Order: sequence, then C-alpha cells, then structure tokens
Amino acid sequence: MSRLEMSVPNNAQVVLERLYRDLEHRIESSTSGLCPIDMSKAFLELCHAQSCGKCVPCRVGLGQLKYMIRDILDGKGSLDTLALMEKTALNIIETADCAIGYEAANIIHRGLIAFRQDYEEHIKQGGCTCQYEQAVPCVSLCPAGVDIPGYIALVHEGRYQDAIRLIRKDNPFPTTCGFICEHPCEARCRRNMVDASVNIRGLKRMAADLAGEVLPPPCSESTGKRIAIVGGGPSGLSAAYYLQLMGHQVVVYEMLPKLGGMLRYGIPNYRLPKNRLDDDINVILATGVKVQYGVRIGKDVTIQSLREEYDAVLITIGASSDKKLGISGEEAEGVVSAVKFLRDVGEDVELDFTGQEVAVIGGGNVSMDAVRTAIRLGAKKVSIVYRRRVTDMTALKDEIEGAIAEGVEVQTLKAPKKIEVDEKGHLKGIWVTPQMVSKVENLRTTVRPTGDEDVFIPCNTLIVAIGQDIESEHFAEAGVPVKSGRIQAEKYGGFDYIPGVFAGGDCATGPASVVKAIAAAKVVAANIDEYLGYNHSISCDVKVPENDFSNRTRLGRVSMTEREVGTRIHDFDGVENGMTEEEGKQEASRCLRCDHFGYGVFKGGRESLW
Amino acid sequence: MVNLEIDNIKVSVPEESTIIEAAESAGILIPSLCYLKEINEIGACRVCVVEIEGKDKLVTSCNNKVANGMVIYTNSPKVRKHRKTIVEMILSQHDSNCVTCVRCGNCSLQKLANELNIINVPYEQEFERRPWNKKFPLIRDSSKCIKCMRCIQVCDKVQSVKVWDVVGTGSRVSVGISGNCKIEQADCALCGQCVTHCPVGALRERDDTEKVWNAIDAKDKVVVVQVAPAVRAAWGEELGLSREEATMGKIVDALRRIGFNYVFDTVFSADLTIMEEGTEFVGRFKNNKTKKMPMFTSCCPGWIRFCKAKFPHLVPQLSTAKSPQQMFGAVMKTYFANKIGVKPENICTVSIMPCIAKKGESNMELYFEEYAGHDVDLVLTTRELNRMIKTAHIDPNTLKDAECDELMKDGSGAGVIFGATGGVMEAALRSVYFLITKKNPEPDAFRIVRSSRETKGWLSAEIDIGVITVKAAVVNGLGNARKLIEALEKGEVHYDFVEVMACPGGCVGGGGQPIHDGEELAALRGKTLYCLDSNAPIRFSHENQDVGRLYKEYFEAPLSKKSHLLLHTNHNNWDM
Ligand SMILES: Cc1cc2nc3c(=O)[nH]c(=O)nc-3n(C[C@H](O)[C@H](O)[C@H](O)COP(=O)(O)OP(=O)(O)OC[C@H]3O[C@@H](n4cnc5c(N)ncnc54)[C@H](O)[C@@H]3O)c2cc1C
Ligand code: SF4
Ligand code: SF4
Ligand code: SF4
Ligand code: SF4
Ligand code: SF4
Repeated sequence: MSRLEMSVPNNAQVVLERLYRDLEHRIESSTSGLCPIDMSKAFLELCHAQSCGKCVPCRVGLGQLKYMIRDILDGKGSLDTLALMEKTALNIIETADCAIGYEAANIIHRGLIAFRQDYEEHIKQGGCTCQYEQAVPCVSLCPAGVDIPGYIALVHEGRYQDAIRLIRKDNPFPTTCGFICEHPCEARCRRNMVDASVNIRGLKRMAADLAGEVLPPPCSESTGKRIAIVGGGPSGLSAAYYLQLMGHQVVVYEMLPKLGGMLRYGIPNYRLPKNRLDDDINVILATGVKVQYGVRIGKDVTIQSLREEYDAVLITIGASSDKKLGISGEEAEGVVSAVKFLRDVGEDVELDFTGQEVAVIGGGNVSMDAVRTAIRLGAKKVSIVYRRRVTDMTALKDEIEGAIAEGVEVQTLKAPKKIEVDEKGHLKGIWVTPQMVSKVENLRTTVRPTGDEDVFIPCNTLIVAIGQDIESEHFAEAGVPVKSGRIQAEKYGGFDYIPGVFAGGDCATGPASVVKAIAAAKVVAANIDEYLGYNHSISCDVKVPENDFSNRTRLGRVSMTEREVGTRIHDFDGVENGMTEEEGKQEASRCLRCDHFGYGVFKGGRESLW
Repeated sequence: MVNLEIDNIKVSVPEESTIIEAAESAGILIPSLCYLKEINEIGACRVCVVEIEGKDKLVTSCNNKVANGMVIYTNSPKVRKHRKTIVEMILSQHDSNCVTCVRCGNCSLQKLANELNIINVPYEQEFERRPWNKKFPLIRDSSKCIKCMRCIQVCDKVQSVKVWDVVGTGSRVSVGISGNCKIEQADCALCGQCVTHCPVGALRERDDTEKVWNAIDAKDKVVVVQVAPAVRAAWGEELGLSREEATMGKIVDALRRIGFNYVFDTVFSADLTIMEEGTEFVGRFKNNKTKKMPMFTSCCPGWIRFCKAKFPHLVPQLSTAKSPQQMFGAVMKTYFANKIGVKPENICTVSIMPCIAKKGESNMELYFEEYAGHDVDLVLTTRELNRMIKTAHIDPNTLKDAECDELMKDGSGAGVIFGATGGVMEAALRSVYFLITKKNPEPDAFRIVRSSRETKGWLSAEIDIGVITVKAAVVNGLGNARKLIEALEKGEVHYDFVEVMACPGGCVGGGGQPIHDGEELAALRGKTLYCLDSNAPIRFSHENQDVGRLYKEYFEAPLSKKSHLLLHTNHNNWDM
C-alpha cells in the first residue's frame, strides 16, 4: 500500500465532463420564449443531483421545492404553494452548509421575484403563456432577418451569386457584413448543440469573395416620388437602396467627400478594406440613387427646405461626434477623440507616430480600432487604459486578442484622473487612480479605488474612446424630438406629429452596429413607402436548395486565419484571410437547416418577402 | 423527372415531389397522422418516416423531396420498429377509450395502431385533461389530442380565423385557444373544418341525439324534422351505401322509422329563401344600395359568425333573410302548427344539417303572438343522423324511397344546389332574372357561377339580366372570404351580390359531414347535387307550388310585414 496515490479520472468521469460541456453548449443555444418556471425546475433538478446529501435543507428542501414547482406547472398549485416555496427557499439559503445548497435555493428565490407574474399566470390559467420563439435561431437573432440557412445552402452548392442576391433581399451590405458584422446570429446557432456554431459571417464573406460582380435587381416602375436622405452611412444607403428598388427617386446628402459613414471613416482599412466597401456601395448606386457630396444639412441646407422640396425626408446622420472625459487638461494639444483620429486616418490625412508613446482610454471596439491603428502608424508603445478588467471590456474578444497579439499594452484597473500638460499646452501624460474589483451589481462587476497613490502614464498622444455623441442640434431646432442627443423616432421610424420625416440608425438608437443600422433602414423604407401611399414589397426570386440528409456527425468549425502579426502591423491591408472554397463548402454543410428541420417548418420559418 | 427506387421498385416522378407522393404513385402507402397535403406538412407525428440508403437518421416522407438516385425503404425493419415505437409513445398520452369514442371505426390512430399490431403500450400512460364547456357546439377532448397541429393550420391557413394555437413549452406543449381565452370568446365560426380534419376523436360536435330521442319519446310532442340539401350527398358514405343508393327518399324513410312525426326537405325553405332574398336583392340593387358594397348572402351561419366577429361594420350589408333552416323552423311553428292544429310549444323542430354552425344559429329567438322560443329546437349533423340510424338498428339496405309530408313538400332543383358553393347565387339569379324580366331564363344559364373547392380566391361573373348587369362573386372558405373583403375594402374590386359559404366547397364540405381522413369529397358531393338539379321536375324557386300557396295563404308576398317578422332578422340582434 502506498501512502498517496495519483488520481486518474475514470471513464465515467470523462464522460461526465463531456456531458457538462455539452450542457453548456446546449444552454448557449437555448431559444427565448421558454417557460422560465419549467427551466427553473430543470436547473433545480441538476442542482439537487449535485448535492452531497449531508445536510437536511439541501437534501430534502431542494426536493420539496421541485415538487412544488411541478404542482404549479401541472396547474395544481395555489398562492399558498408560492408562499411555502418562498419560506423553503429562504430556509435553505439561510441554513444550508455550503454553496451547493444555498446557491441552488438562491436561483429559485430570485426566480420567485423575477418570474412572479409567470408563476401567478400558471396558478390562475393552469398553464403558461410562453411561446417558443426563434424557430430559426440565427434568422431571428439577425436584426436584418437575413435568410441565413438559405444563403448557406446556396454557398454549399457553389451558387455564390445567388447567395449574394438572397442576402441583399434583407441586407444590401453583404461584403461589408462579411468582414465586420458583429454576427449576433451565431450566438444561439443550433449547431452549438452538436459541436459549435456555424461560422455564419465567414460564409457570407466567402460568398462575397467568390461571387464577383452581382448587379442589383431592376427597380419597380417609377412612382415619381422623391425622397431626401440625410447621411450616407449604412442606414441611409440601405434605405436608399430599398426605396430606389421600390420605384422612388432617392437623393442622399452626405457632408463628407465619400459615402459609407463609419464604415469608411471609422472602421480601419485593415478590418474592412475600402475597395471591398466600394463593392457594396457601387451596387447601391447602380440602382439610380443620386448623391450630393459635401453638403451638410444644418449648415449648407436646412432640413426644413428638404422637407419642402421632397415627398419624404429620412435622417440617418449616425453618431459621429465624441464624448468627453470631463477631466482637466482635455483641451491640450495631443489629446484627440477616437472618432476624429479614425476619421483623419480614413481621409488619408498624413499621420506619423514613429517613436511615440500612445495611450488610448476605453475598452470598447472603437478603442481596439484606435490602438491597432496607432501601431500601424509606427508608435513605439501603445497602451489601453481601462478602469476595469479585461473580462469587463465591451469589445469583442477577437478584437482584444488581436490588439494584444499586435503588441498593445493593456493597463487595467486604472481610472483616468487628470491630464498632465506642459507649459506650451502640450500633453505630457495622464494620471490614473489604481482600482480593485468589488461587488457584482446587476451582473456587472464594479471597481473601487485601492487607496494607493495615483500613477503617471507618460504619452505623446492620448486618444479618448469612451463613446460617441450625435450632432442633432439642428434637427432639434427644426422641431424634431431629441432627447440627450438621440433623435426620438417612434418604432415605425417616423414621428407622430411630423408627417413625412423619418429617422433611423445610430442617430436614433445611439451607437450600435452596422446590421442594426440596416435593420432600421428596412423598417423606415417600408414605412416611407406606405406613407407615400404604396405597398411595394422586396423579394428575391432565388430558389433555396432543398435540405440534404447528411448524417450531421461532429465536425469542427472553420475559423478564419489572420496574416502574420510581424508583417500586418506595418500596413493597413486586410488582416483576416477568407475561407478557401473547400473550407467554405465544409462549413456550409454544418448548417442544420433549421428552416426545414424543427419548428421552422411549422411556424416562424422563411419569410420570402417583406 | 426524378428517378429513384422505393422498396425495390423503380419510380419516376415529377421534380419537387415529396417522398410520400412518389411512393403513392408506385402504389406504396406510407402511413401518417399529421400530414395534410399543402396545409400541414410539418413532420410532427414522425409516423411517415422512411429509410434512405446510406443515411443514419430516418426522414419524414411528407415534407422531404425526392432526389435522383435515392434508394428508399418505407418498410424496412428499422422503419417498422421505430414507427411502432412512435405510435406507442403517442398512445402513452392518448386516452384510447375507443368504445366510447365518436371516431371509433373511423379513426386514423385506431387504424394505425391496429395495423402495427400494437396490443400493449410499454410506457406509463398519462393524459392531459383540460376543462371544456360541454354546452358549446364544438367539443374538444384534450385527452385524445395527439398534437398533430392540423386544427391550428386548417383554422389559420384555410379559414383565417386562428382560433387554435400552440400553447406551453417543452413537455407541456399542447393545443389551446389563441390568446389564452375561452372558446366562447375566440370568434370561432363553428365551421367545423377543424373537426373534419382532426385525425382522431379529439374534436367533435356537441352530441344532441339524446335530446332528439327524448323529444321523440315524449308523448305530448310533435316532432318535425327537416333535412338540408347537402346531407343527401354524403350520408350514405358512412353506411356503406353508394352515391346512387343513398337517396333523399331513404333518409325520409329512415327518419319515419326512427319516429319523427313529420319529415320535410329544407329544399322547400331554400326556395322560400330565394323568394325573400332575391326580392331583397332586386330592391337593394334598384335603390343603388350595392354601389359601394355588395349585398352578402346570409344562409351560412359560419359566414355570419365570421362577419359579425371580424367585420362587424359589414353586418348591414348582409341580407336580412334568415337561413333556410331558420325560415323552415319559423314556418313550422306558425303556419304549419296552425294547419295541423297543434300549439307551437308542443312542436319540436329538428333539423339535420351538414353543419356545426347551425347548432349555434338555432339559439336565434322567435317571438310570435304568445309564443316565445326558437325557430329550430335541435340541430343534428349528418354524422349524428347516421348515429341515430345505427342506434335504431336500421339496416340501410332495407330503406325504401319515401316522400316528404304534405303542405311543404315541393322543392326545386334550385333549392337543391344550395348545398354547394355557387348554388345559392345560381338559384337566386334564376329567380332574380324572372323578377326583373318576368320571363324564365334557361335553367342552366348561370352555370358560370358554379365554383369549386379548388377555385383559388373567389369566382366573379358579370350577369346580364335584361337591361341591367349584376356583378356577382362566389367565394367558399373563410380565408378566401377575407381576401375578397379586403379587396372590396381597398376598392380593388366591386360587386353587387356576393355569396359566401364558410366551408371549402360549400355545405357539401361542411363541418358536420362524414369524415374521410385525407380525402376532400366536397367536389364529388357537389356533383351529386347538380345532377339532382338537372333532373328535377322544377328548376326555379319561384315555381315551387307549395311556396306559392304559402304566400297566398299566409305571407301574402315576399318582404311583407309578416315575412319580416318571421323570415327576416337583424343579425346584430342575436349573440354568437
Ligand atoms: C471605430 C468604429 C468601429 C466600428 N466597428 C464596427 C464593427 O466592427 N461592426 C459593426 O457592426 N459596427 C461597427 N461600428 C458601428 C457602426 O459603424 C455604426 O453603427 C454604423 O455605421 C451606423 O450607421 P449609420 O448609417 O446610422 O451612421 P454612420 O455610419 O455614422 O453614418 C452617418 C453618415 O451621416 C453623415 N452625416 C452626419 N451628419 C450629417 C449632416 N448634418 N449632413 C449630412 N451628412 C451628415 C456622416 O458623414 C455619415 O456619413 C463601429 C463604429 C466605429 C465608430
Ligand atoms: S444550424 Fe444553420 S439554420 Fe440553424 S441556427 Fe445555425 S446557421 Fe442557423
Ligand atoms: S380517437 Fe381513435 S384511438 Fe382514440 S379513442 Fe377515439 S377511436 Fe380510439
Ligand atoms: S385536436 Fe385533433 S387536429 Fe387538433 S391537434 Fe389535436 S388531434 Fe390534431
Ligand atoms: S370550427 Fe372553424 S372557425 Fe372554429 S376553430 Fe374550427 S376551423 Fe376554426
Ligand atoms: S358552408 Fe354550409 S356547412 Fe359550412 S358553415 Fe356554412 S352553412 Fe354550415
């Protein structure tokens, strides 16, 4: 007999580990609309199975909670049951020995408060009012509602042009989105239940890469109606595209020399090459959309005069001014906002950071774009200064990793205090206050000062990337409802008391994403059409291939590769490599065709026109 | 064409065919429970699964399409084993109390379980029991529902009423009333299409046969029955009689043998309806009251309910004429009661209808002199008639043609076709022609309005009558009716006169007719009615001698004061 033994996992344990992972994936792809009480019961059973069984409240109490929930679900519960549940849960929270017990009871207790209405509904109606949502998970999570299984099936057959046509029915920026869409569609992809979500964005990029030029469909018969669109970003241009297809004449007013908004003057070339952005914009212009470049509404022309001249006006001015830190020294030379900085780069203003130290404040996507751009401009040292931890950053994980890989210094738990300026008014650096993590409030971890002395971070350029504002004063003056900068359009994109004026995109929602801007454009396009007295619909005559019956065995997700860090940081060329055709076909075969298999074939499936 | 192999048979079928269709073309029947062509192709019951060579998972044949070179087995050991297990699972949640079930002997689940030789269910059985108002004309038994979702789809896609919906999530998913309300508040048209498309006994009409037996047994009651036109076209299907054998005369015989005191044919009051409604239309037309919106027919209570619930502002456009069922009831309790010297309260009026909505309609009240009650006391569907014939142990083969009773015996071919879509319009046009020109048209002059279940949307025709042109439309199915109304309201179309029947194909396809899962027999039954019409001795409602006498002796003329009192109604005045 040996005194100690090394532990080797036995077979059952290995399988169980896999079960835990599968469970995680399964929960990840959970649809919304499920009954929260039924789900709570399922969680509770899992928790109960974890119990060591030593203590009474956990061993017995959790089981009793389970029976009570079951009764409620079966329509046999009463308000007394709820009261007893509450008493029991509190007992377990306050008497169980370890977290297995008290945290399980906590889940139920929180649910009793949060889903009170659902519980009562069950008791009164004998059942719940929940309804399965997200029949096709990816489509319902894509703000623009792109027919994802449809275009993936087309990619699978190598019909790239048709794939682009089908995407454009709901999104006229297939190439752009293939590069930089935040892909909310992938979050609950049902393929997660098998292995991992389908690389939906990658397949879109692949279709765009291989399709070549795809002309827009013909426009409907001219209606003679004229529409002015203020701002040529993705929301303005998408609305222009659909309205032009519906037979109206659109004129876009853009204050900058080129179209694209943040796509051109915000997102750096290495993420979205400008020539690829032009692929999308050229197709939109090919429908006959007219553009007035270099005209700023509010300065050169007023919104009132547009309203008089046109049958309808759409405001899509985005969120293009910067938010201020509000600390001293912010006016110093060398302090610049991220929006301004990235716009200058986008406008090809000569900038050289060679040998400089650059600090960027903020933990969002814009901040990542700023640091990685600064690196490409030759900076010696680039730091991100952030109040919280890396896990708290709002930027996409891939972006943070990309920045770190490119040599960015991440200085976390440092809150900006004041900017140090030399006697010539030039920036010297920034003082920051050290922080430590603190309580979790509403799922967000807060921080508090450690009490240590402030730290000085020297820098030649300080870029502030803490959010964007909307330049809506002119519109507010003209009577358009505005609240803390945001244009307050109704859900249909218009204003109840200003007929013929509509708004959408970042200027109405606050800074969001490209695909949300496009989604808003669809809404306003449909409602402007209706306002003008028409009922045009947008459809696509591409026939989606039938599902195949492949065996759906586990198959890894194809991720895209990137260019080597050593070379890519010296230029602004695209970082990400597209999939090869072979990779794309394999990836497309992973789609489970939720439009055909599952609830999608019954309700909430394909919408072939809007 | 697509070439493939099914159960070792080479098959060649058009592209886009489903596997089940391809198999059918080769004479191979694949069983299914939820599949309803074009209406419910959702692969929910999984009974129609087949094996495709080289694929691990079985696939449903109802909603998957064939491909070149496919090799399919519809009855391999794997398929057979899984199919049986599936049905066992269904049975674990199905209260298979067949002996007390209306669908016993005509049930897709019972048949399938028998075919698969399921003689015990290995699973624990648990049935869903939801409360239901047993007084409502439509009854749902949740313990028999197999969640095929057909009712949801029929009510939504065909009828556009959307009474049913999926409720609950996870293991508690079931079928309930949309919007979490009660059936009484759900605007159900009572067309009964969900009933005739339910594969099992989860949906049925309220059974009123016991009340009829009681009335027959009651010494002091004179029980008078009327039989709707569409019943003759379908009743024999459940009794093993061919279309030629199953005559109206034999229904009369059966009803007398059951014990009814007087037997009449609703064709009589269909003719009466034409006199009233036709005259009403001519009046409205001449007074330019159909310039904006048409006059709608009012013989179909399913349509009336739909109109009241979904388009209440159109109620004034409905003809004020009661339906033939109600008119007959009113005449029985007044003119007829008087003639045979019985007090109306001692008369029990029963009607045999192809329809469930008529059960709802019979709550319409009748006030006449001292009498306060209903035109019609009890309504039976065709299926209930057949159940009574069976209960009476009448051998259908011994039935002989018999005649209806005197006084209200006459009936025209025009009245017979009331049972098929387009029939009311055609019958009305025949008499409207006469009213306007004082001449009879060719009896078949208006055959252009003969629509069918297959007519997509609605049928329209411009009818020249003397110097005027009547724009007419005929529509069947409430989904189509909705589309027609929307087009009317948008000003895309204009009609003077519109016939609406709630059931696809008209009453011949009514919700009270015999059920044949997977078959739509409305068109065939309609043919029977048109054939009866063309052989009828009289073809015009206005030539019905008994109706003529009724006017002479009682009502004086169409739209007289008395006929307003007894034969017309304000559709706003009765509750759904
Ligand atoms: C640096 C950065 C990176 C981003 N990265 C991503 C990403 O990877 N993925 C993603 O989905 N989203 C990203 N976004 C967000 C995305 O770019 C925006 O949500 C989107 O561009 C909003 O579109 P929009 O049309 O509403 O506004 P904008 O794109 O801002 O377009 C507004 C247009 O209106 C013009 N304009 C403004 N005022 C006037 C006026 N008065 N008169 C005339 N013209 C006017 C502007 O010049 C501009 O062209 C990023 C944003 C930034 C700033
Ligand atoms: S498997 Fe395909 S259809 Fe289903 S969610 Fe994922 S991408 Fe969408
Ligand atoms: S529905 Fe069919 S299987 Fe069920 S009890 Fe009735 S006859 Fe039997
Ligand atoms: S009631 Fe009938 S038609 Fe409706 S889901 Fe149940 S079994 Fe199917
Ligand atoms: S009777 Fe007709 S309207 Fe009522 S639920 Fe059934 S199909 Fe729908
Ligand atoms: S069409 Fe006939 S059977 Fe159907 S609801 Fe109307 S009256 Fe009844």
